[in-house]
Amino acid sequence: MCGYKNVTTSALGGNEMLDISAWFNDLLAGNLIFTPTTLGYYWEGLVTTTQLVFLSLIAGLVLAVPLAIMRSSKHKWISLPIYFYTYVFRGTPLLIQLYIIYYGVVFIDGIQETFLWPLLREAFYPALLAFTLNTAAYTTEIFRGAIKTTSKGEIEAARAYGMSDSLMMRRIILPSAFRRALPAYGNEVIFMLHASAIASVVTLMDLTGAARFVYARFYAPFEAFLFVAAIYLCLTFAILYFFRFLEKKLLAHLRPQTN
Amino acid sequence: MLFDGLFLTGSIMKNIIFISITAASLAIGHVQARDSYDHIRFGVDVPYEPMEYRTPDGELTGFDIDLGNALCEQMEVTCEWVEQQWDGIIPGLLARNYDAIMSSMTINEERRAQVLFSDSYLTVPSAWFGPVDTALEEVNESNLKGLILGVQRGTLQDNYATDLYGDIATVRRYASVDDMLLDMEADRVDIVFVNYPVGKTTLLDSERSEYRVIGDMINEPYKYFGDGLAIALRPRDEALAERFNEAIAAVKEDGTYDRIHERYFGEE
Repeated sequence: MCGYKNVTTSALGGNEMLDISAWFNDLLAGNLIFTPTTLGYYWEGLVTTTQLVFLSLIAGLVLAVPLAIMRSSKHKWISLPIYFYTYVFRGTPLLIQLYIIYYGVVFIDGIQETFLWPLLREAFYPALLAFTLNTAAYTTEIFRGAIKTTSKGEIEAARAYGMSDSLMMRRIILPSAFRRALPAYGNEVIFMLHASAIASVVTLMDLTGAARFVYARFYAPFEAFLFVAAIYLCLTFAILYFFRFLEKKLLAHLRPQTN
Repeated sequence: MLFDGLFLTGSIMKNIIFISITAASLAIGHVQARDSYDHIRFGVDVPYEPMEYRTPDGELTGFDIDLGNALCEQMEVTCEWVEQQWDGIIPGLLARNYDAIMSSMTINEERRAQVLFSDSYLTVPSAWFGPVDTALEEVNESNLKGLILGVQRGTLQDNYATDLYGDIATVRRYASVDDMLLDMEADRVDIVFVNYPVGKTTLLDSERSEYRVIGDMINEPYKYFGDGLAIALRPRDEALAERFNEAIAAVKEDGTYDRIHERYFGEE
């Protein structure tokens, strides 16, 4: 390797190598993105975005499972309220939900005196609440669709074994519904990451907030947003591959047999 | 069929070329007319009372607006106001969305690298404002620990607060002054840093809650506070800057400037 390197250097000639490094230095000289301060803001933004998206997805998932079961219920008085909830949260923009939760709560009289205020005072928790309720609504509908499409044969077989409703839900319907919901849920995770870009309107320094700050401070819209777009792309790839890995493992029985 | 398709494509191509040429010549004519500037479009971030805001019936008014209109009259041009959020106001100028920024913009080095400034037309200090019952008597590094400071994103106040206190306190950056005041009223922000006339009109004279100034007026270091407020132009518009400078001198000479100043800041 070493010898090869030397050969290229001498073949290129010292001058040209100098040119390249000078060109590279020039390229970085006037740049505003790759400085410790700016990268620090982006790092802070990456941490906030990751926390916000990760926590809201976990909480949304935990909420969505019981809600999806209730939504699939035969009883109207159980399924209708859940339908109303998912309809409202899927039928209005996330930005509006965030505005209502962040700016709206302060118009409730006496909210400042309640135990909730230390949380609502921050920008993080109202945003987390809005994102959680939003993703829970979408995830509920994804799971409900999967539960509804459970094949009749599986249910009849479970009944034939004398399983109770709850045992059948636990052992038969949910495991297969989760598998079927996986591709759609992967999309929801990616949508959530992208939707989190609106967190900066309530002063959160997430990735987009950091980009807006750099943009406003150095008047460099192109560089600031291009760099943050690259970070989002990397995150999306990571999510994509994680779900591809999960699908490969969990949906192995659905793949065509090769032998 | 194939021949028909080609023929059709050919005639569409001809049309496209014709349309592009027409559009291009129209565009050139338009740009030429604009470069002589008998019509000036000002970019402005609203609301920023009393510098620029809307009256209850929706009319745009304020010190900058009145002075800008007086300058246009002096220069014998027509003018128009284009609203633009603050954090995009310089890119908007460079993208030719308007020809000048007249929005309480302070001259400083970072901005000077991007735009051309006219002579300064006003000097205003900044100040910290907080609720009347706050315990703070002055603002310094020792007593800001853990507090939440509010600023408008991309302003000199943002740069100042971030650089001086960003490590010891939390700086919350708002897209508009309105959002910031709403959060201070809700007790989400402890103190805010804004230019004094804006703070006076929107906070001290506010009827909804009581606020006061904390510490002294701040107008240095020079790095942040520069040379006062000026009109920002695209760097190539030196002739226009010259016309603005003459007009500023003229309205100061004939008393128009003093009348507008008195209307918004009272007698001092």
